[in-house]
Amino acid sequence: MMSLLDHIQGTAALPEIFLVVAAMALLMFGVFREKSADIVNIAAIVVLGIAVAMVIWGGEGRQEAFGGSLVIDTFARFMKVLTLFGSAVAIVLSVNFMKTEKIERFEYPILVLLATAGMMIMISANDLVALYMGLELQSLALYVVAAIDRDKAKSSEAGLKYFVLGALSSGMLLYGASLIYGFTGHVAFPEIARALAAGEPGLGLIFGLVFLIAGLAFKVSAVPFHMWTPDVYEGAPTPVAAFFAAAPKIAAMALFVRAMLAPFSGVLPDWQQILVFISIASMVLGAFAAIGQTNIKRLVAYSSIGHMGYALIGLAAGSPEGVRSVVIYMTIYLIMTLGTFACILAMRRKDGQVETISDLAGLARTNGLHAFFLAVFMFSLAGIPPLAGFFAKYFIFMAAIKANLVTLAVIGVLASVVGAVYYIRIVKLMYFDEPAERFEPMVTEVKAVVVLAGLFVLLFALFPQPLNSLAEAAAASLF
Amino acid sequence: MYQLIVFLPLIGAIIAGLLGTQAFRMMGSTVDSHGHDDAHAGHAHAHDDHGHDDHAHHAYPTPWAAYLTSGLLVISAILSWVAFWQYMHEAEPMKVEVLRWVNSGALNANWAFRIDTLTAVMLVVVNTVSSLVHIYSIGYMSHDPHQPRFFAYLSLFTFAMLMLVTSDNLLQMFFGWEGVGLASYLLIGFWYHKPSANAAAIKAFIVNRVGDFGFLLGIAAVFLIFGSIEFDTIFSSAAEQVGKTMTFLSWQFDVLTAICLLLFMGAMGKSAQFLLHTWLPDAMEGPTPVSALIHAATMVTAGVFLVARMSPLYELAPHARDVVIVVGAITAFFAATVGLVQNDIKRVIAYSTCSQLGYMFVAMGVGAYGVGMFHLFTHAFFKALLFLGSGSVIHAMSNEQDIRKMGGLAPHIRVTWAMMLIGTLSLTGFPYTAGYFSKDAIIEGAFTSHAAAAGFAFVLLVVAAFCTSFYSWRLMFLTFHGKSRATSEVMSHVHESPQVMMAPLYILAAGALLAGIVFAPYFIGHDEVHFWAQGIFRGPENKIIEEMHHVPAWVKWSPFVAMVLGFALAYQFYIRRTDIPGKLAEQHWPLYQFLLNKWYFDELYDFIFVNPAKWLGRFLWKRGDGWLIDGFGPDGVSARVVDVTQRVVKLQSGYLFHYAFAMLIGVAALVTWFMFGSAH
Repeated sequence: MMSLLDHIQGTAALPEIFLVVAAMALLMFGVFREKSADIVNIAAIVVLGIAVAMVIWGGEGRQEAFGGSLVIDTFARFMKVLTLFGSAVAIVLSVNFMKTEKIERFEYPILVLLATAGMMIMISANDLVALYMGLELQSLALYVVAAIDRDKAKSSEAGLKYFVLGALSSGMLLYGASLIYGFTGHVAFPEIARALAAGEPGLGLIFGLVFLIAGLAFKVSAVPFHMWTPDVYEGAPTPVAAFFAAAPKIAAMALFVRAMLAPFSGVLPDWQQILVFISIASMVLGAFAAIGQTNIKRLVAYSSIGHMGYALIGLAAGSPEGVRSVVIYMTIYLIMTLGTFACILAMRRKDGQVETISDLAGLARTNGLHAFFLAVFMFSLAGIPPLAGFFAKYFIFMAAIKANLVTLAVIGVLASVVGAVYYIRIVKLMYFDEPAERFEPMVTEVKAVVVLAGLFVLLFALFPQPLNSLAEAAAASLF
Repeated sequence: MYQLIVFLPLIGAIIAGLLGTQAFRMMGSTVDSHGHDDAHAGHAHAHDDHGHDDHAHHAYPTPWAAYLTSGLLVISAILSWVAFWQYMHEAEPMKVEVLRWVNSGALNANWAFRIDTLTAVMLVVVNTVSSLVHIYSIGYMSHDPHQPRFFAYLSLFTFAMLMLVTSDNLLQMFFGWEGVGLASYLLIGFWYHKPSANAAAIKAFIVNRVGDFGFLLGIAAVFLIFGSIEFDTIFSSAAEQVGKTMTFLSWQFDVLTAICLLLFMGAMGKSAQFLLHTWLPDAMEGPTPVSALIHAATMVTAGVFLVARMSPLYELAPHARDVVIVVGAITAFFAATVGLVQNDIKRVIAYSTCSQLGYMFVAMGVGAYGVGMFHLFTHAFFKALLFLGSGSVIHAMSNEQDIRKMGGLAPHIRVTWAMMLIGTLSLTGFPYTAGYFSKDAIIEGAFTSHAAAAGFAFVLLVVAAFCTSFYSWRLMFLTFHGKSRATSEVMSHVHESPQVMMAPLYILAAGALLAGIVFAPYFIGHDEVHFWAQGIFRGPENKIIEEMHHVPAWVKWSPFVAMVLGFALAYQFYIRRTDIPGKLAEQHWPLYQFLLNKWYFDELYDFIFVNPAKWLGRFLWKRGDGWLIDGFGPDGVSARVVDVTQRVVKLQSGYLFHYAFAMLIGVAALVTWFMFGSAH
C-alpha cells in the first residue's frame, strides 16, 4: 500500500486518505447495522483524533503530494488540527441534541467526516483544481448536513438556499479560475506566481481574481456574499449551526489565505482593495444587523460575519504579521464560537429547545454557571480585555496598522464598539432582568465544552505564548 | 482655654452627628420616622414649626445628644465669660496658634485664634445665646424624631461661628463664614419634607453666595494689595495704602475704598442688608430656636463683626463708610416699615432684626464701632428673648403663627407675656433697658457724625425707631391683649411651656434688662477707650464717642419721643379703636400692599434674576444638554444605529433571488471598480 501511495506521490496526504477511507467504512457499518448512530458518533470522533495525530506526527517541514497539488506545511498542519478539532467538538455537541430531537442518524457524523476531508484538501490546496475539488467535497457534504432535519421546513429551506447559492458561488469561483488559467496558462499556485512575476497582470487576470475572491468570500460568509448565513444558522439544527460556524470557517479562511498569498502576492495591491472593501462591509453589517435580531442563532450568524470581517483585515495586511494574526484570530474565534454554541444548546426547557434572546432573561439567577460563561463568551466576542477575544482583535489591528491600513483598523474599532451593544445587551438581559422560566440542566459533554472553552477564553491572557509561537511558525511557512 | 471654647461645640457636633444618627438607626425607628414625616406632610400643617405634639405615641430616642451638646456649650459659655471678664480688666491681646494650614507661595494662612476685646465680646454673645438655645431646644425639640441631627447642626453652627470670630486671617474667617452659611442652610431646611423650608434654605444659601462672592473678591484684593491675608500685616501696613489706586479693566479704583466695599458686600449678604435681605424673613421656616440663634443673635451679626474687625481699613476709607451708613439707614427704615404690617409673629421679629442690623451698620459707618458692637451685644439678648418667647407663644397656640388669630393670651401665659414684654421694652428702647443705651447711642452718633450721609441716616433712624415701637407694641397687643380671635379649641389648649424652655428666657430677660446699665460704661462710656484699645482702631481725628455725649437735648430725647408716639399709636389702633387699622389699610390700599409685600423685592428679584436664571438653566438643560449634547451625542448615535439596523435587517428578505442578486451586484461592483476606478 505504501508503495502505491508513493507511486502516486500521496504519502503526505495520508490523513486525508485515512479520513475518506474511514468515512466510507463507517458508512458501510452504519448501513448494515441497526441503531448504529452512537457507535458511529464515537468512531467518528476517534477517527478525527487519529487524523489529528497523523497530521501532527506526519512529518516536518514542507511536503508535497500528488505532484504538488497539495502542500503540507506548518500553516496547513496547524489549520488542519484546528479544523479536525472543530469537527470533533461539533459531533460531541450533537450527540444529545440529535437524540432529544429524534433526528439521530448515523449519516451525520459521516457527512461531517467527509466535509472535514474536503476542508483538509482545501487547506492544503496548492493549485486551482485541488482548491475546487476540496471546496466541492466540503460543500456537498455541508448542503446535506444543513438539511439533516429534513422533516422541518426550515431545515430543508436552509439546505436548499445554501445549495443554490453555493452552486452560484462555485460557478463564480470556477469562472474566475478559468480566467486565471486563461491569462496565466497555469493552475498551480507557484506557476501562477512565476507567470505574474514575469509581466504586468492584465485586466482579465484581475477579473478572474475578483470572481475567485467572490467564491471564497461566500465560503467565509463575507459581505456581500453572506446572505445565506443567518438563514442557514437559524434553519439548521443548532449543532449543525455550531459546526458551520466553526470548522468550515477555519478551512475557508486558510484556503483564502493561501489562495491569495501563494499565487497572487505579486498583485497584492489589487486584491488588497477588494479585501478591504469586503472586510469593512462585513464588520459594519455584522455589527449593525446583529442589533436587530431576536433569535440568538441569527445573532451569532451576524456575529460570525463580523468576525470574518476582522479576520480579513489580517489577510488584507498581506504580511507575515497579518497571517499570524489571522491564525490567532481564527483559533480564538473557533473556541469562542464553540463555547457560545454549547451555551445555546443548553437553552433547553422541558418542552424543547428555545433560541430567542429573551429566553435568556435573568439566567444569572436560575443558572449562574451557564450565565457566567455565556457572559464570558459575549465579552470576549465583543473584544473586552483581558479576555481572549481582545487579544485576537489586538493582533489584527496591530498588523493592519503596520501594513499602513490605519483607516481599516479605525473602522474595525468603531464597528466593534457598535457590535459591543448586542453582546453586552445579552449580558444585561441575563444579569439584570427578571428571570424567565429556568432551563433544563446542561448535559455533561455540553458543560465540558462550555467550561473548557470558557477557561481558555479567561486564561488566554496569562498563557498567550504557545499559540503565539505556533501562529508565528505557521505564518512563516507561507512566505 | 480658648481651644476648649472653640472646639467643645465641634466635639459635640461630631459625636451627636455621627453617633446620634447611628444610634438612631440601630434603634430601627428610621422607618417609623419616615411614616411620621409623611403623615406630617399630609396633615396640612401650614406652620408645623414644632408640630410634633400630636404624634406623642412615638418612641423617641433618648435625648442624650441634646444633653451632651448642651452641656459642652454651657462649659464653653462659662469659659467665654471668664475670658470676657479678663478683657474687661485689661488683658493683653493674644494669638493662639493651632496648626499650619495653607502655605502656598506668598499665601500663608494658619489656624490661629486672635483673642482681643472684640473676639471676647463675640465669644460671650455666641456662646451664651447658643447654650441657652441648646437648653431651650431640649424642650422645644423633645418630640422631634431627628433630635440628634438638630443638635449636631446647632453645635456645628456654633463651632463655625466661633471659628469666624476668633479668626486670625481672612481665609480662616471665610471658612467660618461659609461654615455658618452651611449650618444655616441645614437648619433652615431641617424639616426637609416641607417644600417651603427647602426653598427658604436654598434662597438663603444663594443670596448669601452673592455676598460671599464680594467677600472673596475682597480677600483676593487684600492679598493682591497687601501680599498677605493676616490681620496683623494688613492693619500695620494699611496706612501706606491711603490714596493709592488700582486699575481693573481700565477703571481706576481707590484701593482701600474698593476693598472695604467688597468686604462690605459680604457683610451685606450675611447680615441681610438692604438688597440682600430677602432671605432672612424666609429663613423663619427653620425651627424657632434656630431663628433665635442664627437669624437674630449671632450669624447675622457676622457682617457687623467683619466691619468692626476691619475697622483699621474702614477708618481710612471714608467713602466706603458713607456707603455703609446709607445702606444701614435704608435697611433700618425699610425693614421697620415692612414690619408694620406683617402678620406672622416670627416675620415681624425677623424684619425687626433686619432693621436693628441696619442700626448697627450706621454705627459702624459713622465710626462708632464700639457703639455698634454694643448694640450687637444687647440686641443678642433681647432679640433672642423675643424669638424664644414667640416660640413659647407658638408652642402655646398649637403652632399658630398668625397674630391675627391670637389675642387675649396674657392671662393664660403670664410668664411668657412678661418675658415678651421685657424684650419689647428693650427693643423699643425704654429707658435703662439694654436697648435704650445702645440704640439711643447709635442715633446720637448718627447726629454727631460729620459724614455726608449722617443727617439722612439720623432722620431715617428716628423714623425707624418710631416704627419699631409701633410694630413691637402692635405685636404685643394683638398677641396678648384684647379679645381672643383664636378658636375655643385652641384657646383651651393654651398652656405655659415647660421649665426647660422658660429658664433660658429668664436669663435672657435679665440680660435684656441689665446688659445696658452694667456694660455701657465699658462699651461706650468712660472706660470705652481702654476697653476697645486693642480690638478696634479709630483714627486720631475720630472723636465721635466724646462728641456724642454733647449732643443737644432734643436729639437725646428724639428716640424716646418716637418710642412713646409709637406706643401710643399702637395702643390707639389695637386696644381702643380696633377698627382704625382696617380702614386705614383700605384708604391707603396701594401703600398697604406695598408694605405687606415687602416693597415687592421678591417679585422684583424673581423678575430680574430668578426667572432669567431659570430660563437660562432650562435652556441649557433642554436645548443645550438634552437636545444638543444628548441628541447629537449618545441618544442621536444610538438612534442612528437603530435606524441603520432596521434598514440592514430589511435587506435580509429571505428570498433566494435577493440573495443571489446581492452576490452578483457585489461581483459586478468589484469588477466595475477595477475597470474604471483603479490604475488598470
